[in-house]
Amino acid sequence: MDPDIAQHIPRLRRYARALVGDRYRADDLVQDTLERACRKFHLWRQGSDLRAWLFAVMHNVFVNQVRARRIEVEEFEDAAALPTQMERIDLLDIEKALARLPVEQREVILLVGIEQMGYGEVAKALDVPIGTVMSRLSRARERLRALLSGEPDAAHGANGANLKVVK
Amino acid sequence: MNEEQLHAYADGLLDREERVRIEAALAASPADAARVNAWMRQNELLRATFSPVLDEPIPGRLRLVPGRRKWLPYAMAAAWVVLGVAIGVGASGLLRDRAAESASLPRRAAVAHAVYSPEVRHPVEVGAAEQEHLVRWLSKRMDSEIKAPLLQPLGYELVGGRLLPGEQGPVAHFMYQDARGQRLTLYVSSRKGNPRDTAFRFSQEGRVAVFYWIDGKLGYALSSELDKATLLKVATSVYQQLNP
Repeated sequence: MDPDIAQHIPRLRRYARALVGDRYRADDLVQDTLERACRKFHLWRQGSDLRAWLFAVMHNVFVNQVRARRIEVEEFEDAAALPTQMERIDLLDIEKALARLPVEQREVILLVGIEQMGYGEVAKALDVPIGTVMSRLSRARERLRALLSGEPDAAHGANGANLKVVK
Repeated sequence: MNEEQLHAYADGLLDREERVRIEAALAASPADAARVNAWMRQNELLRATFSPVLDEPIPGRLRLVPGRRKWLPYAMAAAWVVLGVAIGVGASGLLRDRAAESASLPRRAAVAHAVYSPEVRHPVEVGAAEQEHLVRWLSKRMDSEIKAPLLQPLGYELVGGRLLPGEQGPVAHFMYQDARGQRLTLYVSSRKGNPRDTAFRFSQEGRVAVFYWIDGKLGYALSSELDKATLLKVATSVYQQLNP
C-alpha cells in the first residue's frame, strides 16, 4: 500500500467506528475505502489534501452501502418511532445518541468534532454546499444536546426542524 | 453574531479578534453561551470516546488491502511449492537419520509459509493483540519455553501465530509482516531425538528462502520470499534473541 495512504488508516478507523458503531462493520468500511482509494489513487491530485480525499472516498463508499442497506441505519425520524421515557435514560451514552442522528448529520458532526475539519473541508469531503454543512451541523448539535440531556422533545430535533408537519 | 460564528467559535476556527468579539456577545446572552458550551462538550466527548481507536493495532486485513490482487501470482507459485515439497516430503518421509531431519525442517517450514502467508482474512489463529496468551498457549502445547522474537527494529511486526502438526510433534508458527505486507514466518518444531545443536543453515525451497537450525529440543526455521541477504539479517536477529 502507498505509505501516504497507510498513515491515514488510524484516523479512517476512528471516524468509521463513530459513524457505524460496530467495530467489524467499521473496519469493513475502512477496508472497502482503502481498496477503492488504491484503485482510484491516480485520480488524487498530487499536492492536494490526501486526508480530505480519503474521507471523500469513504463518504462515497458509505453512502453506497447505506443505499444498498449493507449498513443498517438506525434512525428515529418519525414520531411513532420516538424512544420512550425509559429508553431516554439510557441515552446518556454518546454512542447510542449518535446512532439516533440521521447519517448525514452524523457525518458532519463527526468530521467537525472528531476530525476537526474546517466547514469548507467538510463541504468538499461530502460534496455538498457549505450552507448545507452548517444547517446539518446545527441540527445535529441541537439534537445531540437534547438527547444527552434527556429533554422531553429530544428526538424531535432542534426546534422541530426534522419534524415534518402535515397540515 | 450569527449561528455560523457561534459554531466556528465552539470549533476553535476563529481568529483572536473574532473570538474576543464573540466572547463578549456570549457574556450578554446566557442562553447562547449555554448552547455553545454544550457543543464544546460534545466535541470533547466525541474525541474522548473514539480517539482510543487511534492507538489500536491496525488489523492485518487493512494493511494488506491493495496487496490482495498482487497475492494471486504468489498464491499460485506457493501452490506449486506445496505440491513440489509434498512430493519431496513424501519421498523422504521414511528416512529418519539426522540428515533427513535437518533436511525436512526447511521443507516443512516452507510448506507452512506457502500455505499460510497468502491468507488475507485468517493468516493466524491468535492475533498479536493477545501475544501473551499466544506465547503461553504455544509453550504449554510444545512443552518448552517458546518465545516470539521482537522484529520491530527490522520493520516486521508480529501478526500472530498458530499451532501446527509437525513430523515429531506440535509446531509453533509465528507470522510477521512489514508495512508493505511482506510476510515472514518462524516455524518452531519440537523434536523427539536427543537434544543437539546445529549450525545456521540455508535452503532455497522454490520461491521460499529458509534459514534453519536446531537448538536442543527445538528446530527453528525462518521463511520468506525475501532475498537471502535480507532474510539473513532477520534470521541473525532471531537467533541472537533466542540465544542471548
